[in-house]
Amino acid sequence: MKQTSGFISTYSADTFGVCSALFELGGMVVMHDASGCNSTYTTHDEPRWYDMDSMVYISGLTEIEAIMGDDAKLIADITEAAKELSPRFIAIVGTPIPAMTGFDFDAASAVITAETGIPAYGFKTTGMRSYIYGAGEAFLRIADCMVNRNITRSENQSVNILGLTPLDFSINKSAESIIGHYAKKGYDIISTWAMGCTLEDMKKAGGAHMNLVVSETGLPAAVRLKELFGTPYSVGVPVGGEDIDITDMYPAGDPEKNRSAVFSSGDGDVKVLIIGEGVSSKSLAKYLNIKTGRSVASLTATDLSEDEISETINGYKNLETVIADPLFKPLCKSYGDEKGMSFVSLPHEAFSGRLYRKDIPDLIKDANEILKSIRK
Amino acid sequence: MLKRVGNKEITEDGSVIRLGDSVFPAPFKSGLEYASPARGTWNIVHTGMLVPETHEIFVCAASCLRGVVLTAAEMDAMDRFSTVEVRENNLLEGNLEELLIDGVSDIIVKLGQKPPAVLVYTSCVHHFTGCDWKVMFGTLRERFPDIDFVDCYMNPTLRKSGLTPDQIMRRQLYSLLKPRKTNRNAAAIIGNDLPTNKNSEIISVLKKCGMKLHEITSCKTYEEYQEMAESSFYISYYPSARAGGDELEKRLGGKHIYLSYSWDYDKITDALNRLEMLMSENKEDDAFESLNGFVKEKAECEKAFDEALKLIGDTPIAIDYTFCPSITTVAKALLEHGFNVRRLYVDSFIGEEKEEYNFLKEKYPELMLYATVNTKSRFMAPTGGSVSEKWLAIGQKAAYFLGTENFVNIVEGGGMFGFEAVKDTLELMKEAFLNEKDMRKLVQIKGMGCGCCGE
Repeated sequence: MKQTSGFISTYSADTFGVCSALFELGGMVVMHDASGCNSTYTTHDEPRWYDMDSMVYISGLTEIEAIMGDDAKLIADITEAAKELSPRFIAIVGTPIPAMTGFDFDAASAVITAETGIPAYGFKTTGMRSYIYGAGEAFLRIADCMVNRNITRSENQSVNILGLTPLDFSINKSAESIIGHYAKKGYDIISTWAMGCTLEDMKKAGGAHMNLVVSETGLPAAVRLKELFGTPYSVGVPVGGEDIDITDMYPAGDPEKNRSAVFSSGDGDVKVLIIGEGVSSKSLAKYLNIKTGRSVASLTATDLSEDEISETINGYKNLETVIADPLFKPLCKSYGDEKGMSFVSLPHEAFSGRLYRKDIPDLIKDANEILKSIRK
Repeated sequence: MLKRVGNKEITEDGSVIRLGDSVFPAPFKSGLEYASPARGTWNIVHTGMLVPETHEIFVCAASCLRGVVLTAAEMDAMDRFSTVEVRENNLLEGNLEELLIDGVSDIIVKLGQKPPAVLVYTSCVHHFTGCDWKVMFGTLRERFPDIDFVDCYMNPTLRKSGLTPDQIMRRQLYSLLKPRKTNRNAAAIIGNDLPTNKNSEIISVLKKCGMKLHEITSCKTYEEYQEMAESSFYISYYPSARAGGDELEKRLGGKHIYLSYSWDYDKITDALNRLEMLMSENKEDDAFESLNGFVKEKAECEKAFDEALKLIGDTPIAIDYTFCPSITTVAKALLEHGFNVRRLYVDSFIGEEKEEYNFLKEKYPELMLYATVNTKSRFMAPTGGSVSEKWLAIGQKAAYFLGTENFVNIVEGGGMFGFEAVKDTLELMKEAFLNEKDMRKLVQIKGMGCGCCGE
């Protein structure tokens, strides 16, 4: 059954994707939720919570407010807090109950902007989609509403890096490695959406010669920046310090509609399967194929059910190795034992949260470790 | 250490108030809410896992599943945990009942070994769409007659509508108990996440009365859990367990005895004497002898206060609400014994704290109340490590907000009750005063005492 998970975790949700994307930018992010979303996000999905100030809150929605449609309470609470805290912008982020009650995000945002003079944006997330959609929407909104339109191309070759959040890259210096990789190649880095970057940097994004998309969360913004400024984009994570280009896997840029869940790099029987986020797993598949000559497949699992993932694993008859987050192991255990299949742990914050954070590798610098483990 | 993202100075206004200027039970204006990284209290996943051999199935949206599934993963209990994901189409098509029935059935069929009982957690969306619980659970019981099903709830939107989710969880936790022959020599302590301390006077009284003790925290099998139903007495001392105890009394016939958490000698004495008297009355051949004055215990407490004060002196002390069910009684006792209690980290008080609150308000109006969920609370943790002077924190949130590594690392009362709670806490305060702990690491562990990784 597509909506059940008997044994494995669930990917981070759209609501938390918005929060993660906007975390460092000085805005006030309000999840319109009763309780629970804040502690879930800050405990499991936000490794920066302890060390970096931010303004991520919940509205504390109650039954009576939901039933009576008391939007005025939310608007008043946000307005009061914004006047005290002076955020750069305000984001109201949806969860299941506002989705049910038909909360008008646009109207509430407009009223708050009028009351405070601070730009406010509503995000119609429902808590029922993956973080890819939520973070993608947040970056898209920045492209639409915050990036300066009147800007000329920089003189030097320059890039923006799109799709950097701890949900995909943790806080293990992977982001710095990606940035370092392109800086070493002589590019000026204009902005890095959105780790180690300010809103001011992002506003200048239209001046870049190229956008580099390192996770599916960056795709919608890349497409929009191309429309707005004609900036081309390429997709891929520089695994092992190699320039990996998988742009052709995303013909129209929309990660939810136009990408294939399964991607194979190399010919012949698939020996290695990588399960995870689309861009990272496809890039790793390509890297491993180049380095080993073996046929390597990747499965973008962020929107798939447990049954769909199981069926894909079981569909490969000569599989030797699965590379995935440790919380996928139960799906490989029952099948793999008979076949002697090995499991290589590749923790992913968006799936297992903080549980294996210290073991998350920097794929740009440490891909060799994965290579060694599949050669064993 | 927090790194600031802006330069604006943020005042404490609205997140701090003199006790003398505050109102009971909610001293702060409600508004947007912050969640601090201190995570030691238990949640409904941890509590549900106390019923041995059972399986938990949560039926919710992905955002709600995320926190609970990772709670289970951190407990290393994924083999006892599954999910059914509610999606947008289910709301539009109005098939939430069908989804729950088919989803739970699908999971049970997939499980290698059938659990004796399944805890099925619904969420706010089931409530708002008016789902039919009788149909959902009736169908499941028909399909799986060998499995006991219990309806549990993750509906925080209803947290201010009658019983809180925590109270409901502690009620539902015992609703799987089936009626059986009552044993007049058996009693059960109910509603605790943490086992009652062996040194507690509750245990002494039960022993003295010759009672066999049941407690969910010591049950290893589902059958052992079911044996709790033989109890003549259901004893609770955690406020959120009170509704569950009343329900058990109505349903199974034993008597529910609620003992209010207190550091007041007279109240402890009254509670323990009431407990002993009720148990003695239950026995035809063992009449209640006489009221116990607990003279020895009181003297031991006084000695413990003296020794702790001698060591801790006028070091400022802060207490937070996660430490125990009633921090006002703790604050009152410490202040009356000369300790320098300066801050309470608390967002609201429970009804049974009113007497102590009023006492403190009148006698110690300068005691400061600090909110923990106010928007400004986010900025109240020190940016440069700890506050400049040495503090002793009682509870994780106080430790976090003060940035101190000198803290008593206990949540939910730690299974302590009675004179023993006073003595043991004072001992823990001495230990915390002398020895620093890794606060950052310890406070972030979810469900302290449940066996989560990192403990």
